[in-house]
Formats: sequence, structure tokens, C-alpha cells
Amino acid sequence: MSDKTITGYNFAYLDEQTKRMIRRAILKAVAIPGHQIPFGSREMPLPYGWGTGGIQVTASIIGADDTLKVIDQGADDTTNAVSIRRFFSKTAGVKTTESTRDATIIQTRHRIPETPLAEGQILVYQVPIPEPLRWLEPREVETRKMHALSEYGPMHVQLYEQIATFGRIAATYDYPVMVHGRYLMRPSPIPKFDNPKMDHNPALQLFGAGREKRIYAVPPYTSVKSLDFEDHPFAVESWEHCCGLCGSTTSYLDEIVTDDQGGRMFLCSDTDYCTQRQAQGFRGPLNSEAAE
Amino acid sequence: MYVAVKGGEKAIENAHRLLAEERRGDPETPELSLTQIDGQLSLAVDRVMTEGSLYDRTLAALAVKQARGDLIEAIFLLRAYRTTLTRFGASEPIDTGTMTIRRRISATYKDLPGGQVLGPTFDYTHRLLDFSLMEEAAATPAEEVPAAPPAAMPRVAELLDREGLIEEEASSETGPAGDVTRNAMTLPADRDVRLQMLARGDEGFVLALGYSTQRGYGRNHPFAGEIRLGDVEVAFTPPELGFSVVIGEIAVTECQMINQFKGSAERPPQFTRGYGIAFGHCERKTMAMANVDRALRARELGEDVTAPAQDEEFVLYHCDNVEASGFVQHLKLPHYVDFQSELDIVRRLRADFEARRMGDAAE
Repeated sequence: MSDKTITGYNFAYLDEQTKRMIRRAILKAVAIPGHQIPFGSREMPLPYGWGTGGIQVTASIIGADDTLKVIDQGADDTTNAVSIRRFFSKTAGVKTTESTRDATIIQTRHRIPETPLAEGQILVYQVPIPEPLRWLEPREVETRKMHALSEYGPMHVQLYEQIATFGRIAATYDYPVMVHGRYLMRPSPIPKFDNPKMDHNPALQLFGAGREKRIYAVPPYTSVKSLDFEDHPFAVESWEHCCGLCGSTTSYLDEIVTDDQGGRMFLCSDTDYCTQRQAQGFRGPLNSEAAE
Repeated sequence: MYVAVKGGEKAIENAHRLLAEERRGDPETPELSLTQIDGQLSLAVDRVMTEGSLYDRTLAALAVKQARGDLIEAIFLLRAYRTTLTRFGASEPIDTGTMTIRRRISATYKDLPGGQVLGPTFDYTHRLLDFSLMEEAAATPAEEVPAAPPAAMPRVAELLDREGLIEEEASSETGPAGDVTRNAMTLPADRDVRLQMLARGDEGFVLALGYSTQRGYGRNHPFAGEIRLGDVEVAFTPPELGFSVVIGEIAVTECQMINQFKGSAERPPQFTRGYGIAFGHCERKTMAMANVDRALRARELGEDVTAPAQDEEFVLYHCDNVEASGFVQHLKLPHYVDFQSELDIVRRLRADFEARRMGDAAE
């Protein structure tokens, strides 16, 4: 199957009027950091829940001179990342890359790259459920009121209840954040390990929820604070291991089951980061022979 | 070396090739034509057009073929195509009162102006597998209808209307109808938006909800006032012309439910209405839709909202099968990063638990 640009469709699939409508929603979202903006989400040729929000955001901002990177679980090679990257090379004919540094737009599901982002880059998140209060209150009519009134007490109570029950905050991914001191926001299901990267990030962060028809944003250099308590400060996941391939002790690791005897190995979830480190000569314990 | 996530490109290609092969089936058997699907699986085509919100029999037949008969997948395909089409404008409202009737029945009057016309229906057939259909046979055409049905087939709801027994249909002249495919739905939803969502909604989901109202979950005592199937003209007013031009005919099924209403402080007892409409012949869908539409009017009519079918957020946010199918099936996508986070916390919690237990034992 070739990635040749297909005919009969507009550049990046969506028609220009739709892109304008989405860009207006994005501008509004940037103007009110962390606030969810309803938008006329279109039916896309990929299923809901598989990145239709992110795809629509990317389609609306991408230009012919952009370079696109798509990751899922941190990796460029996971099937859905491949499928979305292919969608854009087919419908927009843009350059794609696996390098975080070379990309102008990075569409992601569940991770923020380990390599720090720079000014001018845009990180597009795929969002399944945009509403941070949804598990506390299923009704949209209610949650909108709660946001309007900054009524975020219930979320603190929920975290407190975890401390009371487990002795620690048990939320692990999609960990709620306050944006610019005003709106409670769902960072999408990234591990809380990635939350600190959102804070004062030089890149523009855009969030698209296709099925739920919402867009929100964190403009560059905006404060993003993970909820916590003075006596229970926010903490991220850590490993006793390092990456088996590149030896990194600071990246998010995937645990790979190697046999049915309890064998495990730990590897960087960010494949580009891991590859770059190996190219620089870093080696992990599983990679010593390759180093020779 | 760990290679599980690598090779995505190759794997997708191979999977698509396998899919194409499975779709075609045994190459010894002649391939299905779109004409065959349109002509002989016409109700599948009708459903795909209705829930796909696009009246195009050929494209719907193509979608059914490409989706290997999976109608929700076909609806998805059709909608993804529809979204790329240029919007020229909105047609004039269709007038089902002037429909060329193929079927028209009422359960509320034994006879009525225009009469009862059974038309092509599964009703009153015995559901016995007809083994003669296993063999290909020459078609036996139905006998010609002796005379054209009378032109005047007033809608049943309008007959009651003249007596004031049934509520007046709210006028929609307040502005153009909403469009859920262009704008995010806001709640509370107006009836135009609600009917649009229900018309596009999954037949099975709407059927179950409509059924639940008949079993006491938001009961609204429905009578099938009228079900009609036939062809209506679609007229469009191009802005540069300024007058309407008939641009074609479409087949629709329409159901008017008539429901009891005890009355409230503001309104006298009278019959109220639930409404259902669909492209082609989708009778079950329109009847269920009418039940749910009426149930969702609970708040407007001052009735207690106690049942799922009366709960606007619940019904409207969950009736779309393309949304539902996508989101349920996205669970197939990798979640190992999140799962790793959960592994981490469960290990910590277990360590805490062990430490506590050891502490207790030591005391």
C-alpha cells in the first residue's frame, strides 16, 4: 500500500470552512486556557475513540510545509499511530518524521515525548473524555455549572478519600490539573509522570475530543498544576530499573513480559527518545553486546 | 530483542489484504452487485441511509457491500463520506401529507379518509422459513393495484387536531432546523435536534428504549395514530432563483404516535404526540423513535422524569451507534502506558498493605 496522496478530497481531508470553524474554536480555547469549547465535530473516516478529535485539530492547523509526528503510547510504530500518520500523508501529502525535534506538529495519544518541546511546536492530544468532573457527575448540564462556579471541591474530596483509604493518592493517569489557576482540566490519559511537562511548556498544547465535541488548550508558558495537598504533594511514577536498551533512568518505562516465569524487561515507552540515546552511545543492560 | 510494537505498517497492510479476501468470499461464487443489494437487501440499504443520514441508495449499497453486511460499519462508511460533501443549503420541509402512498395504516380508526393500505409488509406473514427461496426462481410479480389510491390521504393527527383533542404541532418557524452534524449538541436540546439525533440513532438502542416506555419505565400510553410509507417530493429554493424547484423524490416512513396526557395545571387533558421518521422503509425504527420522542417531552409537559427513556442526556448522548461502536472498540487500542501507571500504584498499595500487616503482626 503506498502513501500516495489521494484525489477527490480536500487538503488534509476536511473542507476549508470546517477547518475555519475548528480554528475559531481553537482560538477561543487558547484565549481561555483549560476551558472546554464545544465545536461542530465532523464524522471522520476513523472511528470515534481512535483519535478523531486530535485528527480534526491536526487537519485544521496543518499546512503543506509542516512536518508531522504521530505517537501512541509514546511509540511511532504502534498500529494506530501508523494509521493516523498514513491518513495525513495520504490526504495532505505532508512530511512525516519520528523525531520529536524535527516535528512541527506532534499528535499524541497517552504520552508527552521525553525530549523537551520547543517554541513553535504544537502538541495535539487525542482526548477520550474531556470533562475532568465526569466520574463525579455524569451530567454535562451540571459539570458546566461547576466549572462556571469553580466548584472543584468534590475533586479534592475524591483525592482526599483516596488518601484516607489507601494512605496515598491512587490516581495514576488522566490526573486532574488546574490550568492558569482557573479551570480544572483533564490532561487526557497520559501517565501522571508526564503532568509536570505540561507546566510552562514552550509549545502550544491543543486537546481534541471528537466524539464529545470539545476542544481545549494550554497556551505556551501557562501554569499547569497537578492537584495535591500540602502534606501529600504530587509525585510521579518511578522505577527501580533503567531502560534495557538505552539505560535511561529518567524516562517512562514500559514493562514487557518476556516469559511465563515472571521474567520482565523495562524499556522506554518513547521510542524516538530511546533510539536517539542509543545513537549517542548510551547502552542499557540488555544491549551490551550491541555496544561492542 | 523486543519487537512486538514494531512492524505495525506491515501488519496493517496484511490485515487489509486479508479483509479484502474475506469480504469477497469464495471467488467461485459470483460477486454481489450493488443493484442486487439495493434491490434485494433493500431494507438494509434503508437502514444504512437513515442512520447514515444520506439518501443515496447506490452509495448505501456500496457501503453494505464493503462492510460485508455489517450495517453499523456500513453506516460509519456512509457518514464518513457524507461529511466531505459540500452543503448547498437546506430543502423546504417535506410534506408527507402529499405523499404517494405505498402503505398507510392507523391503529386508532377502523376506517378513515383514504382508507387503510397494507402495502409491502412483514405483518401477518407467518415467519416460516420459505425453503423455495433456496432455489433461484422466476419472479412472480404482484398483481396490479386495481386503481390508484385516492389522492387525499389526510394525516390522522390532523383529523383529531380539528376537534382540539390533540395538541397543536409546535411551529418550527422560529429559525432553520438545527444540524447535529455541523454543531455540537447543547442541552437542553430543542425538539428538532432531538428528532435528528433519534433519526440517526441506533435502531436497536432506540427500539429498546421505546420498548421500555411500554413496560412502565416512563409509560406514555401510545397509540399508533398513523404509519405511512411512500414517496415525497423534495423541493429546494436556490437563493439566486428565489422560488422553490423540485429536485427529486425520496421514500420515507413516518409514524405519528398519539399518547394520552392527563393534563397539568397549565394544560387541559388532551392527546399528545410522538414523532418518528426515517428514509426508506424503516417502520420499527420510526415507531420506537416516536415512543422515545414522546418520552423525552416529559419535562416540557410537566411529567416526572423517572425513567431512562425520559432522560435527555442519557438517551441523546448514547443513541449514536457510530460514536458508541468507536468508543467501545477503542479499548482494543494499546493502553500499556496507563496500565503501567496502574501496575505501579497497585504494587505500591500492596507494599503498603504488607508493611501494615507486618507492623500489626509485630505488635
